Amino acid sequence: MSMPELRAAGISETLIEEGDAPASKKIEGRSPWRLAYERLRADRAAKIALGTILVIVLLAILAPVFAKITGHGPNQQFIDIGENANGGPVPPSSTFWLGTDNNGRDLFIRILYGARISLVVGVLATAISVALGVVFGLAAGFIGGFVDTFIARLIDVMLSIPFLIIAISVAYISGPSLWLVIVIVGVLSFTYLARIVRGQVISIKNREFIEAARALGAGPWRTMFVDLLPNVMAQVIVYATLLIPAAIVLEASLSFLGVGVPPPTADWGSMISDASGFFQYGYWWFLLFPSLALLTTTLAFNIFGDSVRDALDPRAGIYV
Amino acid sequence: MATGPASETNPAPAAAAADGDDVLLRVENLVKYFPIKGTGLVHEKEYVRAVDGVSLSIRRGRTFGIVGETGCGKSTLARCVARLHDVTSGRIVFDGQDITQLSQRRMRPLRREIQMIFQDPIGSLNPRRRVGSIIGDPFAIHHLASGSERKRRVQELMERVGLNPEHYNRFPAEFSGGQRQRIGVARALAFQPKLIICDEPVSALDVSIQAQVINLLADLQADFGLTYVFIAHDLSVVRHVSNSIGVMYLGKVTEIAPADELFTVPRHPYTGALLSAVPVPNPDLSDQRQQIILAGDVPSPILPPSGCRFHPRCPKAAPVCVAEDPPLEPRLGDGPEHPAACHLPMAEGENLADFRPSISERERVVEVDGSLLPDGAEPQDIAGALPARGEGGTP
Repeated sequence: MSMPELRAAGISETLIEEGDAPASKKIEGRSPWRLAYERLRADRAAKIALGTILVIVLLAILAPVFAKITGHGPNQQFIDIGENANGGPVPPSSTFWLGTDNNGRDLFIRILYGARISLVVGVLATAISVALGVVFGLAAGFIGGFVDTFIARLIDVMLSIPFLIIAISVAYISGPSLWLVIVIVGVLSFTYLARIVRGQVISIKNREFIEAARALGAGPWRTMFVDLLPNVMAQVIVYATLLIPAAIVLEASLSFLGVGVPPPTADWGSMISDASGFFQYGYWWFLLFPSLALLTTTLAFNIFGDSVRDALDPRAGIYV
Repeated sequence: MATGPASETNPAPAAAAADGDDVLLRVENLVKYFPIKGTGLVHEKEYVRAVDGVSLSIRRGRTFGIVGETGCGKSTLARCVARLHDVTSGRIVFDGQDITQLSQRRMRPLRREIQMIFQDPIGSLNPRRRVGSIIGDPFAIHHLASGSERKRRVQELMERVGLNPEHYNRFPAEFSGGQRQRIGVARALAFQPKLIICDEPVSALDVSIQAQVINLLADLQADFGLTYVFIAHDLSVVRHVSNSIGVMYLGKVTEIAPADELFTVPRHPYTGALLSAVPVPNPDLSDQRQQIILAGDVPSPILPPSGCRFHPRCPKAAPVCVAEDPPLEPRLGDGPEHPAACHLPMAEGENLADFRPSISERERVVEVDGSLLPDGAEPQDIAGALPARGEGGTP
């Protein structure tokens, strides 16, 4: 038997059992979150994706600064210099870094302002989804019975109706607005998260530590939020990072269809929608740059989400 | 823990002293059925009879061992006593108070008096929480102490069970199996309970660690005057720790006896068969002795056999065993502290291997007595009942 085998067979067990080991005091207990963070730090794709996200956030925050540098407001029309003889967009130049749109507005500045909308919608809609998903999932999984059946059927119904039809109908009835888009996207995408949380809770709630909590006299609220929730947080975080790009795309889709953020607010979806009619006449920059912005943002979030999932995977190696 | 079975110098009758002052826990005719959902329109037609009419009483400061095979209902019994399950019928009297029907809310103050130590040292500790907060749970839930006071008391407990108090901020995954079980013990000890139910507390540990944990439990019993219900399937462990032992088979208690007496004079053939399966350390002795291999498998607790539940596998089975459920009472001149549920109890020194059942295979039927079933299913043979075995395990 080699040394490592001896160790595995219980030699180390005996040593630990004695509990003195002065060296062991110096070893910091590394929490599962800490381990995940360390794995994430070692992941190059995650670092690039996170860097990209940070750049986009920074650009969105600094949008007014760029507006000041160029002297172009997001909704300001430059009919004289921003349009060609036919009234079409002008290509990228030192004045208009990424060209102009069909109304003679600076495309670069509008993309920066559009990032604000996308990020706000992405984050707030995801927050709504997470809150609803966690509450409904915990309730369905933990309480079970009638509550579970009711929530499961509600989710089935919501999943069976095409998302865009609900979104368009609601937006049509109450008139498009930014807040409405956030609420619609948030409410309509909590269903998958609720299912994930429910499944996790059902698999965890029969473990002995939940019974132990009951034996100590813990009530249902404490059991749900102190004992169960920390055990489903990893899945929730992974899904949330993947929900953000999905929400951004959904918002862009709604705006593309004209029921999202109302004009003239700069928004990637409505910019792509406007540009689609001009692409065939050779105004490539009008379509390309908003699409690239959308693609880069969602790709960065998706790659980062994947890395988070890998980092939180309990089967991943402990040491990095 | 008892200092040893031999210390049972004053074997007060477990059953007869039921109303005596020193009885801490009395269980009367406890029944726990788990409904199995039927398919289609017929719902909850079948039941797993996990615990089916168990009566016992446990005296203050003693250790009562419960042994039996997997799925015999011992863990369910423990969880019923701890009121983690609602009971189907019967009574649980703890410290003079009937706790059978108490709501979870009214049960809360009693949680301080009845605590549990679980089998799985990994599964019974929340992997996402730090040890300090796990052991501090009792104080947090019952608002007994907070802040630095809580931390001080948790560290005292950790020290008391042989853990390094410096490890307050670690996670369960950073401890060995034995240490994790000590964490479980510390958590159960926080309230200074009167009764601790140990549900196979050492089954998941290797032998040297088992001894450490058992000695810890014994020390704590001596210090705090604890009463233990000690569930195990390792007979030698149970013999070592218990004052008296109850043997369970298929949801029923088949025999109760003071620890030593059970091993020297078993009355129930099932006890006899169990004892013959205990490993003997001496290989020469081990070769000499005769093991009793029981025929067949444990029948399904969904459709238990009629009469004595052990009869389909019992070497001494006779027609009376099929017809009549034997009451749990002293047999062959035993004292009231040693009841057995058997029509044909074993005499001292009797060899089970010499017996052949006086009923034929055909007669060994599994029948439903229909007490809880709306329209009584057809009698079924053992083989037919077996596929449901997987569902019959202790939940």
